[in-house]
Formats: sequence, structure tokens, C-alpha cells
Amino acid sequence: MNEQTLPDARGHFGPYGGRFVAETLMEPLRQLEEAYNRLKQDAAFRAEFDQDLAHYVGRPSPLYPAERLSRNWGGAQVYLKREDLNHTGAHKINNTVGQALLAKHLGKTRIIAETGAGQHGVASATVAARLGLECVVYMGSEDVERQSPNVYRMKLLGARVVPVTSGTRTLKDAMNEALRDWVTNVDNTFYIIGTVAGPHPYPMLVRDFNSVVGREVLQQSQQMLGRLPDALVACVGGGSNAIGLFHPMLAHTGVKMYGVEAGGLGLATGQHAAPLSAGKPGVLHGNRTYNMEDENGQILGTHSISAGLDYPGVGPEHSWLKDSGRVTYVSITDDEALAAFHELTRTEGIIPALESAHAVAYARKLAPQMGRDQAMVVNLSGRGDKDIFTIAKREGIELGILPTHQSSPTGQSK
Amino acid sequence: MSRLQGVFESLQARGRKGLIPYITAGDPHPRHTVQLMHALVRGGADVLELGVPFSDPMADGPVIQLACERALAHGTSLRQVLGMVEEFRRTDRDTPVVLMGYLNPIEAYGKAEFARRAREAGVDGVLVVDMPAEEAPDIAPLFRNEGLDCIFLLAPTSCAGRIDLIARQASGYLYYVSLKGVTGAATLDVTDVAARLAEIRRHTRLPLAVGFGIRDAQSAAAVGRVADAVVVGSALVAQIERHRDEPAALPELLTQQLGAMRAALDKS
Repeated sequence: MNEQTLPDARGHFGPYGGRFVAETLMEPLRQLEEAYNRLKQDAAFRAEFDQDLAHYVGRPSPLYPAERLSRNWGGAQVYLKREDLNHTGAHKINNTVGQALLAKHLGKTRIIAETGAGQHGVASATVAARLGLECVVYMGSEDVERQSPNVYRMKLLGARVVPVTSGTRTLKDAMNEALRDWVTNVDNTFYIIGTVAGPHPYPMLVRDFNSVVGREVLQQSQQMLGRLPDALVACVGGGSNAIGLFHPMLAHTGVKMYGVEAGGLGLATGQHAAPLSAGKPGVLHGNRTYNMEDENGQILGTHSISAGLDYPGVGPEHSWLKDSGRVTYVSITDDEALAAFHELTRTEGIIPALESAHAVAYARKLAPQMGRDQAMVVNLSGRGDKDIFTIAKREGIELGILPTHQSSPTGQSK
Repeated sequence: MSRLQGVFESLQARGRKGLIPYITAGDPHPRHTVQLMHALVRGGADVLELGVPFSDPMADGPVIQLACERALAHGTSLRQVLGMVEEFRRTDRDTPVVLMGYLNPIEAYGKAEFARRAREAGVDGVLVVDMPAEEAPDIAPLFRNEGLDCIFLLAPTSCAGRIDLIARQASGYLYYVSLKGVTGAATLDVTDVAARLAEIRRHTRLPLAVGFGIRDAQSAAAVGRVADAVVVGSALVAQIERHRDEPAALPELLTQQLGAMRAALDKS
């Protein structure tokens, strides 16, 4: 099977993907698929998307040679694909700009989204503000607490953030709730799914909108290296930044690819979010894919220091790429990601998102195994500003979000 | 003839409408489920829909989500649910039982093994909410080979082509979702439902059950005038939730609640 031509007409990537939803959503999904297949061939739609990517998102993002990091690691030359420099600070905006254009063309007046870390919620609220559309973002109540700066950002942008208190109160439950909203308000509402999961055609269209990342790396590496990189490294939660980087280069078999899952406290503890490394195939959120589930098929709670990777499933195309062997999937623990976060910040002056720090941590292991004449591209999918509170808390440092006028007896603001 | 087919033929012969209550297995506790099933039969149920709890019931509203959470908190598994049906069957050989749930627990159990065990336990039909007709060809034949009816959903958004596709694979009855929304959602428009059922009947001769949004005797009677059967779920599950700490009272409460719907349905 040619990986470049997947999914098939029914939305399957080999045995994965598909459209496992209740009947009410089948026809709206078919209409979305039809509209997308028509618009992606439409020159005016593509020009509009490219225009937005250039002048609203700020593309192309740089491919930055991290020379000090490369020297310290003593192996491959490390290049960082700077998705953190995009508008709103992550790759997520590539997809929301694309889906917002679809919503506009379909005449929808209301946008809904699910979010974990809040990056996709912010990116959705951003495009909704720009188009003057109503926006509702579903967010697990646990994530609302640990990502409060992003909650405030979404509110500033005019979105309503709905805390979800069912189930494990994280990303998967937010997605359930967004699907429930969509089934109820399907006539006027466009559901912007934030990752390459969900029912067909979402895994395909989210991938296509993010593939600008890989296409740029193709061009940039030709210009800078005169050839393609030897290895690509990206973190995988749902897997949208990874598929965006990988997909345009799948046919170039000389390019090795590594997807990095959240190993949490370690795979052996069960406290992780690494379905490809330690899960099994099942059906969740409208598609067949690797999931973290118990022996009775109930979906398990996950753990990661990074809210954006804290998801028990993964995009179905990644499941296919794992089975086919084209991409190697590995995992990185919370501690390793944290160490990489500090190392990149101190060495290159770039504060990465905790999600992206997982990719950096694996690159650190991989680089010394490669030659100095080899090149590796690490997808720096987002910036770390949103994470400084999480990191400070973990390291026992108290940051006041809003400084108070009175000091506590120890002199620290509470 | 399947038990479901027999029940619908008998209803039609007597000019009566079917009443199909839904409860979630294992709610409020697995030890009460079989009693509650019998209580629903006493209240006038023609068919029982027994929910298989799932951690991520994305088509269900808050009432049934919480029922799933209560059932899972007591470790209710698909294996146990089959055991409950087996126990129910020891004293009730007539009332058809349809398992309603999501695909993943069935896949984890093993599709073929599940179909075989379901048949042995006395299950009559299976409704897998997140298995639309397009994804059914791998699984539905396994169910049919064991004599299980495959119940499918139809929705207000189902176009003519889809109704055909679904009706071809369905047996037992078709379950029309009366509104765009989740289980237990607000109000249903009977005129609209009547028009949609008339259209569906042009494509199939299967009995049509209507669910989502039926909460009391009045709405049951109104829908009963246009459908072959009415499904009531969230209203019963909400009753179970209110009295979850006094399970001894629950069978009688459910019998009464369903009985009121039965009476209204038979009068209409």
C-alpha cells in the first residue's frame, strides 16, 4: 500500500481510521468530506489558505541550525523546525486556519473545539475572533486548573470555555463533550478537531493542513544542506505536528522518522500516555487506532507532565505507520523531557513547550548515535511560555500569576 | 422466527405499541440489575434494552454517562453483563433482551466469542451505537450467524440512500433517533417524527422504534401514535440515580414509572 495515498475512500489507513460514530453524525461527516475534497482542488481556496499562512500565521517558520546543542551532543547536526514562532505559539494554528476557512465556506456560524493544554483552544478562539464566529471550547476541568493562562487567553479572544467534569476530566472527556455538542448543534456548528484523530475525514484534513511543516523542511533542507535530512524527530500526542512533518517525506525512504510519546513516570508504571508503545488497537472517538485500555476495553486515564500529550489514543495514520515500520515510535519520561526543556532553554535561548521537549529529549539520545555529517530535524512544535507555571510548581518555586500588593511574611507573594 | 420478530408480530396483531425501556447494566450496582430487568417487565416492557457501560459514551447525555460511571466504579464488565442476561433468562424466556453499547468493549472481549456467548446467555439483539452501517460488514455477519438481530440507528440526518443501506443490514427493528442530540436531550417534535417515519417506511418493512427525548407517559403516548414502539432510557436512569442509595425501593418505583407509560401508550 502506498502510504502517500492513504486514507482510502472510506477513511481507512490499513486496518485503522474509519468513521465510528453514531448515525446522526454520518451525513454531516460525509458533507464535510465532500466539501473538503472539492475545496482542496480549488485554486482560490488554496490561495486563501496560503495567504493566511504567510501573513497571519507568519510562515514559513525557520529551520534553525542549533549549533551549540549539536556540539554538546557530539553527533548529528541538529536543526529545529521553529513552529514555536508561529502566531499563537504552536503548530496548532496551521490547522485551525484551514478548518476555519472550511467553516466559512460551509456557511457555519459557530465554532466548537476541544483542548488539552489549551493551545488548540487558543488557536481556535483566535481564528473564530478573526472571522467573527461564536466559539465554545471544551476543556477538562483538571486542565482548566493546570493551564489557567491559556483559559484566560481564550476568554480574552471572546471564546466561552466550558469545563468538563465527566470521566477523567482531561482531553478525552473534552472531546466526548465536543462531539455531544456537535451532534446537537450540527446545523450551524463546525467542530474544529485539534489533532489527526476523530472520524474520517478529520485525520486526513488535519494532516493536510499541517503538512506545510514537512513541505517547508523539504525545501529548506535542500537550500541549507543540498539534500534531505537523515532523521526527523517529533512528539506524538494525537500526533498532528508529527504527521505534518513526516507525511511529505514518507516516500523518501532514506529519511528515518521517530515519533516520541509521553512516557510519563515510565512505561512499566502504567502512568503514561504512550498507546503506540504500550497500548493495543481499539475504537475511540470515531476511529480505530492504538489506545490505552484495560482488559475489558474501558479507556484508561493517562499521565504526562505535558497536558498536550495526555491523551489515551493517537491518530490512526500513526498506528498504520507503526505497523508498517515506516516510523519508529519511542517514549520519553517526564523527567527526561524536563531535563531537555532546561537544556534547550540554557543552550540555545529557546524555551520549548513541554510537548516539544519530549522530541528534544529523544533527539539528545539519537544524535550521538549518528555521524557529524548527518542531519536531524526536530519539530519544535510549540513554545514553552504556557508551561512555566507547571515547571515552577514542580520545582517548588511559587509564582504569583497576579502579583498582590501585600507581601507575605516571607516576602513571597502568594 | 427470532424472539424480537415474534414480539413485534404479536404487538401488531393485537394493535398495540411496543414499550422498550433502557437501563445501564451495573447501575446502581451489578447485584440489582436482574431484579430491575424483571421489574421493567412487570411494568409492561415488551423488549429490554440493557446498556453495556463504557468509559467514553460519546452519544449519551449526562444522565447515562453518570450511570456508566457508577456501573464501572463497581467493575461491571461485558462478561458480567452477559451473566446478568443468563440469570434473567432462567425465569423469563419470553422478553427479548437487546444489548446496547459501544464497540470497544465488544472488540476487547473478542467479536466472535462475544456473539457466541451472547447467544448462549439468551441475548436477542445487539445495538452498537458507534458502529454505523459502513463499518458493520466485518462484524454484523458474526452476530447474524449466531441468530442475533442487528439493531441500527436512523437519525434526522439520514438521507434516503443511507436509510436503504441501513435497512438492508438491519433486523429485529430500526431505532429512530428522534432528535439531533444525545440521549436524554430536551424536546422532540412529534409532527416532524411522524413525517420522517413515513419516509423511512417507504424503504423498509421493519418495525420502527423511536427513542431520545421520551420522558413521560404523555410523550410516550404521543410518539406511540406514529411509531411501532417507544424507547425510554434517561427518564428511568434518572430515577435510578435519585434512589441509588435505596436500591430496595427501586424495582417497585421502576415498575410504576413504566406502568404509567404503558397505560398511556395503550390508551392512545
